[in-house]
This record gives sequence, structure tokens and C-alpha cells, in this order.
Amino acid sequence: MASGQHLSAIKGAKVLMVGAGGIGCELLKTLALSGFHDIHIIDMDTIEVSNLNRQFLFRQSHVGQSKAKVAREAVLRFRPQISITPYHANVKDSDFNVDFFKQFSVVLNGLDNLDARRHVNRLCLAADVPLVESGTTGFLGQVTVHIKGRTECYECQPKPAPKTYPVCTITSTPSKFVHCIVWAKDLLFAKLFGDKNQDNDLNVRSNDSASSSDHSEDVFERKKDEDIEQYGKRIYDHVFGHNIESALSNEETWKNRNKPRPIYVRDGLSDDLLQQNGNVDKIPATDNSSALSAMAYLGLKNPQDIWSLKENSRIFFAALKLFFSKRQKEIGNLSFDKDDHLAVEFVTAAANIRAASFGIPLHSLFEAKGIAGNIVHAVATTNAIIAGLIVIEAIKVLQNDSKSCRMTYCLEHPSRKMLLMPVEPFEPNKACYVCSETPLVLEVNTHRAKLRDVVEKIVTSKLGMNLPLITHGSGLLYEVGDDLEEDMVANYAANLEKVLSELPYAITGGTMIQIEDLQQELVCNINIKHREEFDEEKEPDGMVLHGWTQAPAVKNKDTTTNTTSSNNGASTSSTSTLVPNAMEEDDELTILETGIETIAAGKKRKLSDVSNSETPVPADEKRAKKLAEQVEDESDVIVMLDDANDEKISR
Amino acid sequence: SPKSSQDLKVLVSEFRLQSQIFRHRYFLLVSTKLEACFASEHHLSLALHYYICSVYFLLILKMNGEELTEQETALYDRQIRVWGVDAQRRLSKSHIFVSGLKGTAVEFCKNIVLAGVGSLALNDDNPVTGEALAANFLIPFDENMGGGGSLAELCCDSLKDFNPMVHVSVEKGDLSNFGVDFFEKFDVVVISCCSLAAKKSVNEKCRKLSKRVAFYTVDCRDSCGEIFVDLHNYSYAKKKADETVQCQLQYPSFEEAIAIPWRSLPRRVAKLYFAMRERFEDVERRRPGETSIADLPSVMKLRNELCLAHSLNESQIPDSLLERLVVSTKEFPPVSAVLGGILGQEVIKAISGKGDPLKNFFFFDAVDGKGVIEDIS
Repeated sequence: MASGQHLSAIKGAKVLMVGAGGIGCELLKTLALSGFHDIHIIDMDTIEVSNLNRQFLFRQSHVGQSKAKVAREAVLRFRPQISITPYHANVKDSDFNVDFFKQFSVVLNGLDNLDARRHVNRLCLAADVPLVESGTTGFLGQVTVHIKGRTECYECQPKPAPKTYPVCTITSTPSKFVHCIVWAKDLLFAKLFGDKNQDNDLNVRSNDSASSSDHSEDVFERKKDEDIEQYGKRIYDHVFGHNIESALSNEETWKNRNKPRPIYVRDGLSDDLLQQNGNVDKIPATDNSSALSAMAYLGLKNPQDIWSLKENSRIFFAALKLFFSKRQKEIGNLSFDKDDHLAVEFVTAAANIRAASFGIPLHSLFEAKGIAGNIVHAVATTNAIIAGLIVIEAIKVLQNDSKSCRMTYCLEHPSRKMLLMPVEPFEPNKACYVCSETPLVLEVNTHRAKLRDVVEKIVTSKLGMNLPLITHGSGLLYEVGDDLEEDMVANYAANLEKVLSELPYAITGGTMIQIEDLQQELVCNINIKHREEFDEEKEPDGMVLHGWTQAPAVKNKDTTTNTTSSNNGASTSSTSTLVPNAMEEDDELTILETGIETIAAGKKRKLSDVSNSETPVPADEKRAKKLAEQVEDESDVIVMLDDANDEKISR
Repeated sequence: SPKSSQDLKVLVSEFRLQSQIFRHRYFLLVSTKLEACFASEHHLSLALHYYICSVYFLLILKMNGEELTEQETALYDRQIRVWGVDAQRRLSKSHIFVSGLKGTAVEFCKNIVLAGVGSLALNDDNPVTGEALAANFLIPFDENMGGGGSLAELCCDSLKDFNPMVHVSVEKGDLSNFGVDFFEKFDVVVISCCSLAAKKSVNEKCRKLSKRVAFYTVDCRDSCGEIFVDLHNYSYAKKKADETVQCQLQYPSFEEAIAIPWRSLPRRVAKLYFAMRERFEDVERRRPGETSIADLPSVMKLRNELCLAHSLNESQIPDSLLERLVVSTKEFPPVSAVLGGILGQEVIKAISGKGDPLKNFFFFDAVDGKGVIEDIS
């Protein structure tokens, strides 16, 4: 492997690494050891304590510093003669344009979010630079190779959408602990400590949403001169007692469900305990808000312990008090952050009290933090394996040996004896709007939808464009950029608020618009189809994009049943609560759901192939077949001398 | 209670060990005090006093040891989410021995130190050479080749830095001179880059002990790699559809495994298994990996003899594969990373008693990209 040919390919290569986290640290080390001389590395993150168990180039003393820069220094200590260029920046910055990407022989991804992966994929396609993509979660991992025109691009296969839960499940009929966490984090925490003006479904209840929201409007407002303790008690009684009580009044909802139990302060806590809880003022004022802890204050030590209802209630009050007395300034601007200890404590306690009310098993702070923060499981070993496999693929790419390239799955349990399973890469998907020029179709009410809706709901979120430019024929409708004239900016701002059919270059049924991202050098043509009505429940965007592949949200079975059954009697809200995509919140380099899904899909395809019990879905047939061929590859079959012929015949 | 100087001697070493395990200065202090008592035999009663105090202290520590510290929980957060607190606790109490510190073993050491084992003892007296330096990310670049330190000493310094909670130390001496008692201190023994004879002998020594010492060998040649695992009698918990089932596995020793006639092996065994069985270096009394292209004809002759003896078609050990193994004996860093990762995972499984362990060979070849488990027993 390490032949002269290899070495010359390695030595002449200029490599771009995106991500200097879990996979990145391992990758940079392995590249340096393998003889790579010119490595550029982009990472916008700084080092955190929870990185240190696997991002071995970093030490405690580096916490807070740029990952890319510290990684460079660490590798130069054992390889001083090579060139490593660090960028402490976001790969989506406009500096990293197609020309920037063109200077590299290969791009290696060790990223932690779908958004950045899509962006890098497009730049690699535009610059015609091969991309080696990777991801890990726990003991699972995968490496894929994307070469324009030869193999599928990163976006040829649909990526699963982030998990969502119907609002009524969250607000009225939770059946799992995660529902309680979403409620505590996205509704209660946001209501108490976040932006007061934001819409919030906290008080949407099964029967009388209109009337209840009227009188409860002021419940969360702290009255002038109201004691924090009184305020806390009022909130507690309202959300855990009163709200449950009035939900219970709608008998329809509980026909096939266990009825929840309202919990009031008097059930959760005795007055003595509340008294004992009251001494927050004695905590010395501190600038370091991260040191504030309701647990420490109450003498609870082990984050793995499951607290009783009483303990949860005490934490609830203590955390609320600490927020209002020590972090007053932040109230109104807070959003949940998994690294904000006090916020995690509050959310854990609130979720547990709600869980107790609905008869759902309680969880420890450690577990609750994992669910609330969408924390990814990560270990050093998988990252090391994946980094090794990335380098092996990168060397094949550099030798122009794309035929030997493989996508490799790293499995937790062996499948046909294999822990590392190589599969032939797939051909480009001809219907992929990213790497082929297939136009998309947008169904939209052109008399009602504003350009802003199209930009927000389609261009940015679905198409993942960073700096879009929208044109209709020769007319320019909208553009984002730093160097725009003032009058143009005003013009575009005005356009955003216009409905499609009233734009200067009117968009109506049958017109084709072009959306281009100048940075990603991606052009999409969209045919517009006018449609009057949209189903609020099923098509909440008020418009539908076709030809754009996204797998349906993976919904939990009972969640789905809940939605349908509660539609009968209970009123439901039209939107669904989005659990923020784990990848965006997390600090590590992992594939997350996309990765797991793909791996799981890979396994399923294979298993179904073995047992024939499950027919692969049409889109996957080719994959399954290829995979089977790969697995059936008998090059390793041992043929004994004397029965060699029999063997061959019998096969 | 200690009655003679002999007892004291035992006590001193006991406390030395405890100080390593619990990383607590108190035990070092006690062992020094006891040593002082040992110098003058009149102080037996004083020694007894220290001893009793220490037993109490130990009890307290052990009780506390059942919970992970706040520092540990913060550092190991992401991996505890993978394997649980229980496994992390067991890891932090385990003792690992590694001999032969080339690139692959070094990868393994990194992984296991990051995972947070209790202690890691390193053995490799070889001086630092340019080649060793090139393959080793633990040793800072140094014109003076590490100033005369051994590989183990230099790696030890870097590894300590990786995770202050792991006790990393050096065991000087030749691997073949370590007796059965030596290995009793460890839960896991990993040897790399050594002769066939050394593999067999260390494996046998580990097997003689009443406690189970997990034994592993790992080798990387060019783009190929092999891991061997012997967990002796191994029982572990396995989750099957919400139920935890107790599983039992019987492993053959290294010697037993490779003595199995090739004819009685299952049909599809990785070619690499057979290719790795030629013992050219042993026959020629060379050091492992000390081969060049000039040796290729002799190695092929050896292959032919082996195949004849085992009635295996020679084409099953292709010339190209042999050539790769013989000509370029350097470890290919990406393959080292893969092997070090797989081995790390296996050792974590064996210590925590969670998950199906690998039985009993693992092969990886970067050319076809497959990482295959072979059960040769």
C-alpha cells in the first residue's frame, strides 16, 4: 500500500479538512503520519471539556481556544516539517468560495451537521473536487466517497427530516418522557425565561383553547412586588395543577388513555421544605453564572440519581429562584442550552413533575440532559477507525483509482462476519436537484403567498441555500449579499412583502423561476404551479415542493396514533413542535440521525436480502442488489485441494 | 496484622499498588512509613497502627469509589452515554499491560487512556529510532531521538498528559522474562510486534493464573492487520429484546487455535489468516518484520510447504498478498488507526462485560476494505 506511487500521490496532495473535532483530531493525526504535507483545516468551534475524552489533541488548558489552531499546534509537535493551515471560521463564510475549494486535491469532511455537509457537498460539486464524507455515533460509523459524475453526491439520497411531535402530544397527551422534556424546554422554559412575545402553545388545551388563553395570559407575568416564592408557587400550581385539571374536564381525550393526576405545590412539598428552600439569598453573588446550581444548593450530588417528586419540586423552586435572583438580566432573552447547568436542572425537574403527573417513569438529570440537548454518543475508538478509513479512501481518490473506492460501514455487531463492511459506491441519482439539472415543482397559492414565505420556507430551509439570488426570466427579484447598493436592498425588502402574483416580474402558475446560490454555484429551476387550498395539518408551509427528496419525518408509532385519536375530540394546533435538529445543537463531529438512518437502512437492506422476508423499497432495490453482490463476493472462499471441483460445481 | 518483616514487605507492596489504583498520596505515604518500620523491626506495633488506619481509609475510598467523581462525569459524559456508568466504573478500575510500542499499539494506548482505564503499563526497551519516530504521534519530534530514552518511557510521558486520571507507567525488561506472577497484576495483556514463541508463551502464562487475564495480540504489516483474542472462559451479559441473557464463551489458546488443521476450518476463512501463519522470521531466527523483497522466494517456498501439509490450494495465499506482507513491513498508519480502534473497542467490551466480544481473530486489509471476524476454534 505504501508504495512509491502512493507516496508521490500523498506528497503532491493539498487536502482540505472540514471539522477538527472527534473525527477531525484523529484524521489530522493519521494524515500527518501517512505523509501528507499540505493540510488546510476549517473549524468554527472552540474546545469544551466534554470534547476531551476523545479529541485527544486537546487538553484541559485549551478549553475555550480554537479547535483548528490547537489541533495544528499539537500535530506539529510530532510532525514539525509539514504545513498545516488552520481557519477558525465557519465553512459557510463567503471566503470559502468555489475558487477556494478548487485549490484542493480532495476534501475530507468530519462535520457535525446536515447543513454544513450539504454546503460543502455543493461547493465540491461546483469546484469538481472529490469529497470523502464521514460520520459516527456511538460504535457506528460510515465513510462515503463522492466524485462528481461518477458516484452519487451527498444529497442524492434523501436525508431523514428532524423528528417532530404533534403539538397536542406535547401540550395535552404526553406518553413518553421525551414529550415531557420538549414541553419543559420548548414551552415552559421558553415562556418563563425566553422572549415573552413569542407564540407559545403552553396553554393550548384540549377543549377551550380560546377562552383559556384569554385569562391565562397574565399567569406567567410576575406581578409587581410579587415574592419569587409566591410567583413560583403560582406557576407550579398553574402548569402542573390547574392546566391538568382543566384538561381532565374533556372526557373524550381520556377515553382510551390513563388520566393524568394534577399536582399542586401542597402535594409536592410541605411548607417546611419550602421554607428550607427559601434561603437563596444567602448564596453569594457571582459573576460566573455557570457555577449556579440548584443541586449543589440542595445538597444533591449524583446526576445519575433519579429524584423523587419532592426533590424535583425543590429543584424546580430553587432553580426558578436562582434564575430570578441571580440571573435577572438574562430573563427574557434566554433560550435552552445544554451547557447551561441551571437550565438543565430546571428542565429536568419540570419534565419529571409532568412525567409524574402523567404516570411516565422519571429520569435522572444525566438522562434528561442527553434528551434535552440531543447529545450525541461519541467514543474515541469509532472516530479513530473512521479516520483511518477516510485516509484509505482519500489515497485511492488521489491516485485517480475511483473504481476501487468504497463506502464503508463500521458496525457494532458483525454482519456476515464483517465489522467493517465495504460497499460499492452508487451512481449519481439522475433526479437529484443538486448534482443533476432536474427542475423542481412548487405548488403554491400565487395570490396569497409572499416572496418572503418562499424564501424562508423553501429556499433557505429546504434547499439549504446560503446566499440565494432569485430571478424570473431576466428580472431580478431577490438577492442576498454584502456588496449590494442601498436602493437594491430597499427594493428587495419591498419585494419580500409582496405576494407572488404582484411582484414586478409576476410569478403565476406556469412560470419558471431560477434560484441560484452564487457561493455554492448551485442553480435550481422551479416550475410554479398555482393551487388554491392547502391542508393546514398536512401541509403547514402552505406550499409543497416536489422533486425534492426528503424522507418523511420518522414518527413514533404511538405519537402518530395520538395525533389521529386526539383529532376526534380534542382541538389541535396546526403546527407541530419541532425538536431542534440534534446536529445543530451539538458540539461534536457526528453524523447523528442521518448516519444512523443510513446505517440502519444499509443493514436492513442487507438483512431483507438475506431473509427475503422484506421487499426492499423500489428506490433501494439497486442498492440492495449491489450490496448483495458485494456481500456475496466470494474472493475469500477457500478451496481445498481434493474437493475443489465438487465445491465449484455445487456452487 | 503484620507479625514479621516478611508480612511488612507484603504490606509495603500492597500499599504501593493501592496508591497506584486509587491514585491517592495517602498510600504512598503509608508505604514509606511502613518501609521505615521495616528498617528497624522494633516498630512492628507502630506498623500495625498505620495498617489499621489504612484499612479504614481504604474502606472509605472504596465506598466512594462506587460513584464517579464530578470530574469524571464531566469528562466522560459522551462515552457514558454509549456504555453506561457501570462500564465506566469498571474501566476505571482495570489494569492494562501493553508490550511492543509501534504505531498500532500506540493507537490502542491512546484509545484506552482516553476511555479512562485505571492504569496502563508500557513495555518496550527499544531506543527511539528515526523509523519509530515517524510512526509514533506520541513522541515529540526531536533531533536527538528522544535523548536516549526508551520507546516506553517517551510514550509514557505523552500518554500521562492525555488523561491525568489514568496512571501510566513503564515496565522495563524483556517480555519473555516476565513470569506468571507478573501478569497477575493485570486484567488485560496486549502484545504487539513479537515472535510467535513470545505470543504462545505469554498467552500460556496468562492462562495459568486463577483470575482471568484477557490476552490480545495485534500486528500490522503494510496494509494488512491481524488481532487475536483469548478471553479463556468468558461470561457476559447480553441484552436480547429487553431481557438480559447471560452468555458463555470458550476460547482456545493461541497455540491451540493455530494448530487446528486448515482442512477442518470453516469454508470461508480470510486468506489473510493463512498468509499470516507462515513463520518465516521464526524459521530464520529474525526479528518480527525483518524481511525484504530478497526473502520473497524463500517465503513462497515456505508457503508451498505449508499448503502441501494442509492440503490447501496455493492460490489461496496469493503471491501478491505475500509480497505485500514481506516487502513492506512498515505499518501503514491508516490501518494502524483502524486496528487500534477495533482493539480498543474489544478491550472495553471485555472489561465492562457488555456486548458480544470478538472471537477470536480479526483481519483487516485496506485493499479490499473488509474487516472480518474469524472464529478459529
